[in-house]
Amino acid sequence: MTTQVAIVGIGMHEFGRTEGVSGMDQGVIAVRRACADAGVSWEDMQFAFGGSMAAGAADTMVSLLGLTGLQFINVANGCATGGSALFSAYNTIRSGVFDLGIAVGFDKHERGAFRVNTKGSGLGDWYGASGLALTTQFFGMKINRYMHEYGISQSTLAKVSEKAFRNGSLNPMAWRRKPISEEEVLNSAMLSYPLTQYMFCSPGEGGVALILARADKAHLYTDKPIFLKAAVVRSRRFGSFEVLAPSIALEHNAGPTVDASKAAFEMAGMGPQDMDIAQLQDTESGAEVMHMAENGFCEHGEQEFMIQAGETEIGGKFPVNTDGGCLANGEPIGASGLRQVYENVLQLRGQAGARQVPNEPKTAYTHVYGAPGISGVTILSR
Amino acid sequence: MCIDVEGRHIEGREGATMVQVPVTDGVFTWPSDHPQLIGSRCVTCGNHMFPVQQGCPKCTGAETEEVLLGRRGTLWTWTVQGFPPKAPPYAGDVDPKTFQAFGVGYVELPGQLKIESRLTEADPEKLKIGMEMEMVIVPLSTDAHGNEVVTFAFAPVA
Repeated sequence: MTTQVAIVGIGMHEFGRTEGVSGMDQGVIAVRRACADAGVSWEDMQFAFGGSMAAGAADTMVSLLGLTGLQFINVANGCATGGSALFSAYNTIRSGVFDLGIAVGFDKHERGAFRVNTKGSGLGDWYGASGLALTTQFFGMKINRYMHEYGISQSTLAKVSEKAFRNGSLNPMAWRRKPISEEEVLNSAMLSYPLTQYMFCSPGEGGVALILARADKAHLYTDKPIFLKAAVVRSRRFGSFEVLAPSIALEHNAGPTVDASKAAFEMAGMGPQDMDIAQLQDTESGAEVMHMAENGFCEHGEQEFMIQAGETEIGGKFPVNTDGGCLANGEPIGASGLRQVYENVLQLRGQAGARQVPNEPKTAYTHVYGAPGISGVTILSR
Repeated sequence: MCIDVEGRHIEGREGATMVQVPVTDGVFTWPSDHPQLIGSRCVTCGNHMFPVQQGCPKCTGAETEEVLLGRRGTLWTWTVQGFPPKAPPYAGDVDPKTFQAFGVGYVELPGQLKIESRLTEADPEKLKIGMEMEMVIVPLSTDAHGNEVVTFAFAPVA
């Protein structure tokens, strides 16, 4: 029997734009808050995994936190950087190497759509020069095809954004806390057809840290341990349709999200019907719609009814993105996947305040997706 | 303005001859009366790839050969780039006052693969999944020597 793993401390630096505070400093603040939450000090950490995409090497934060000599490993794995840090921390404890450690992610991106490093992404200069190196185009094209195949409406895309900003308005850590109506979403600038400005999240800033411990020692740190039942990262297979692809195969593969989801459910010994809430990658509102099905929570096309009926609202049958998701929080790449887990821990502890899901949820699911075709999934339970 | 698939020289505004240069070598045949995209085919399993690459993502074979891809196909999906991309890497017009939205899509080449490309059409009313498309060469920018830089695109077949 492998060792079970619990999350015993969580810390977050507010998402959004924080002038004068570096991405690294936001990560450090998240670590301090996580230590305070678990009632431990930085000196107690036996290991750390951390990463950012644009805000520096995570291990340099030891100069600010204390040079304790701990094992600190940097993680760089595109949009799954935070998820990969958590996966690594999870398995470090499961394997019995250490008893207590931390996963941290942070970032600080320039304004506007991501500037793609074509060379770093294995793409020729011609690709960016020709106007194809925009992640936003992929999202527009994927949901456009999906709407054509499964009958998802523009109104449903707008309702996803409306929900995100409404949930964000209940979240003091969120970037965008002003409700925006479905009509305003539909009438905002058309950035990448069929997606408008308010259907897209923005690159942003923020930091999240999670402290993990052997489950049998969790009571030393918290009276509300949350158990990590699965943490999985998967890359793409031949035939999947991914961001920044100059070509795709004629053959169709369902993509890394489907693989990661199945593996996580198997690891946890649970199925989609056992999940009470979910945080799903919503780079744009269409992504949330598609990811509901890719993660196994409905059949393709059923989202149209579910979202129009309010089933994914905080008070609905299956709440999705209760903290406002990427749409309301922005997307600091290194921290984004960990933010989802942070939110689920709050919800399972019953500490989510104005946005607390009723009826004491017992299980929670996270899913992160991004370049270059990578997905990370976690399953938590009380 | 010109979508010139006939040759490498076109008449500039002053009547002088302007040289058209490809955005890069090795992605499409140029100059050519019938330009084609240059891809790879796996020697082992026959899988097509674009652009040229070594190694096959389908069968993990290491040997590929160069192949010219088909010029016609059907539109698999599309979007419209509604705001100026960041420059760099974009080489085209990024002035918000003059920027023209452009279509982007994947065109399915029968028996080969789906190619991501600029589209010559940017009106959502005129773009339909499944419509017939043909490869063309379009102007992108002017380089430091006054040459017109061109890239590939797909145009609806009239």
